[in-house]
Amino acid sequence: MSALIPRLRRIGAMMVGMPDYDAYLAHMRRHHPERTPMDRTRFFRERQEARYGGRNGGKCC
Amino acid sequence: MTRHIPWILIAILGAAALSVVALSRGEAVNALWIVVAAVSSFLVAYRYYALFIGRTVMRLEDGRPTPAIRRADGLDYVATDRVVLFGHHFAAIAGAGPLVGPVLAAQMGYLPGTIWIIAGVVLAGAVQDFMVLFISMRRDGKSLGELIRMEMGQVAGTIALFGAFMIMVIILAVLALIVVKALAESPWGMFTVAATVPLAMLMGAYTRWIRPGRIGEVSLIGLAGLLAAIVYGQSVAQSPYWGPLFTFTPLQLCWILVGYGAVASVLPVWLLLAPRDYLSTFLKIGAIAALAVGIVIMAPPLKMHAVTQFVNGNGPVWSGGLFPFLFITIACGAVSGFHALIASGTTPKLIAREGDAPIIGYGAMLMEAFVAIMALVGASILDPGVYFTMNSPAAVIGTGPASAAAAVTAMGFPIAPEVIAQTARDVGEHTIISRTGGAPTLAVAMAEIFSHVAGGPAMKAFWYHFAILFEALFILTAVDAGTRAGRFMLQDLIGLAVPGFKQTASFLPGLVATVLTVAAWGFFLYQGVTDPLGGVNTLWPVFGISNQMLAAIALMLATAVLFRMKQDRYAWVTVLPAVWLLICTLSAGWLKLFSADPKVGFLAHAARFGTAADRGEILAPAMSMAEMRQIIFNDRVDAALVALFLAVVLSVLFFTIRTCLSARRAAGPTATEIPARLVPAE
Repeated sequence: MSALIPRLRRIGAMMVGMPDYDAYLAHMRRHHPERTPMDRTRFFRERQEARYGGRNGGKCC
Repeated sequence: MTRHIPWILIAILGAAALSVVALSRGEAVNALWIVVAAVSSFLVAYRYYALFIGRTVMRLEDGRPTPAIRRADGLDYVATDRVVLFGHHFAAIAGAGPLVGPVLAAQMGYLPGTIWIIAGVVLAGAVQDFMVLFISMRRDGKSLGELIRMEMGQVAGTIALFGAFMIMVIILAVLALIVVKALAESPWGMFTVAATVPLAMLMGAYTRWIRPGRIGEVSLIGLAGLLAAIVYGQSVAQSPYWGPLFTFTPLQLCWILVGYGAVASVLPVWLLLAPRDYLSTFLKIGAIAALAVGIVIMAPPLKMHAVTQFVNGNGPVWSGGLFPFLFITIACGAVSGFHALIASGTTPKLIAREGDAPIIGYGAMLMEAFVAIMALVGASILDPGVYFTMNSPAAVIGTGPASAAAAVTAMGFPIAPEVIAQTARDVGEHTIISRTGGAPTLAVAMAEIFSHVAGGPAMKAFWYHFAILFEALFILTAVDAGTRAGRFMLQDLIGLAVPGFKQTASFLPGLVATVLTVAAWGFFLYQGVTDPLGGVNTLWPVFGISNQMLAAIALMLATAVLFRMKQDRYAWVTVLPAVWLLICTLSAGWLKLFSADPKVGFLAHAARFGTAADRGEILAPAMSMAEMRQIIFNDRVDAALVALFLAVVLSVLFFTIRTCLSARRAAGPTATEIPARLVPAE
């Protein structure tokens, strides 16, 4: 039950194209430990730009 | 064997429900039968057909690394939990289309639409989404244009890209037209929609500087603002000072929208587009869920006839007979080509295992079909008299309750003028006559359902404007996002001839491409708004034809890929729906061009007005010679556009056949998949 709320939050975030920051951090730690990962705010802004910049083909009818 | 028993029971239930829907005559059928028929068909189709396609036709391998594994970067390529991904994909594919098409199709009764949605999604729509997702997933998440280029050659790819751009233009124009139709002369609706702009900007500032990244929090704030806007909208509309300030004619709204589209698409995304997308996405999901619950609780009887006399054509909502026009009127919900762009967009980059593809690709489309079924139910629980009063053009039924009631009663759907006036008062509008475009009709139906569950008749006006706001909100988001996407498509296309144009970072090409995109959809919007037959009548079929043609293109790509995989013995899975869509769209396109009936054929219509103009005559609804010339010009542009779509789809057909033939001659598979054994790049 306690897992339900975070999961709903992830579903909600992903519905508007925002991936999980912790997953990103984990990925960076595992594969690129030498690089400094983006902080939460920069990650948010970067993803926002990537989703809405227009390169993603827009929304459906 | 025992594991099949529950599915057999579901199938029997579905068949029973469908026969109740199809065979009842004379007595009102409960809407829940349609819902049960649809849901059981979808469950069985998923369990057997989707899994058959996945296992046998595509041969999905769970061990094979997906793009999310191979190219994992924590950003674009992220292995995502399939429930989370389902939400992402569904939110991206479900828009206004599945809500509007079925409402318009209800003019033929609820039965034809129900059958087409169920059969169409199972055999065509969901297959298309699933196949494109699969093809893209095996090719690093490449986009539809790139996939066609890889599998069918450069020329085919460019033609398809061009077709996709034109389809985008038509979609934007039609969506904007629906907003115009819903908000014209409606100060309450206009105020609430206008209020979302400063509201979204506040939300944007909040997520930018105050609490970056708190999407849930800011969405709740936004929702509170929206509800306040709906509540205050009533006082604004009734105020002698503010009311007129928010009352616009369709033509004024057309220019406002064009201006909005141009400005909004060059603003930074965090300011307006992103926050409004949060609002519209969550509102959309919430409203769809509430509608489903509402229909189940209310269990309304269907008041629309199962089949009306308009199956033969001559319907007031849109012209043309059941075949082929029903199959292009309900595009999204049954089969939507636009999904091919989504299924080859972000989703294939997020799939964790190949085994998740059926539920994402096939399952999410079934869910959209369910939305379409609910929209059809919504339109069909209204009194048919109200339905035809709202959806017939003013040229047919006039503008007053008396003339509308007389005209609609003469069609065979009796309604009293008082009922028309009372329905308008109930929902807090000046009039419901000729509120075409589908959105207002659905809003009346949603108000009916929601007020039954919560608030009673006193809340009808609130729920009506809530429904209008919810539809307008995500249409405006789509207009904004679509203009940006169109801009990049156009830059790519022009870049083929003028390489410097491709530089998306430089200012001038971007501006030129944006202006061209807005001008393109603005032209069709203007044409639709000034169209005396109401615009929806003309533009919706063109949109349907183009959307279904894109679906045909996607299914042809899928066919070519199956041949190149040497899986041609299963090619019927995509050939069947592709052929059906080609038959529907080519014959619909042909009729739109060459039908002798001026209500259907663009050229016949132009000829009729041309001969009259030569005689110096002015035909209604034109008021002057200049308007006559405008109508003739519009007809010719529409005809050229349809001819262009026909040319695009026929040339892709040519490339498909060529690819399939050469794949058959080849000894082994020739599909350009990323090899399975490739180890993920660390």
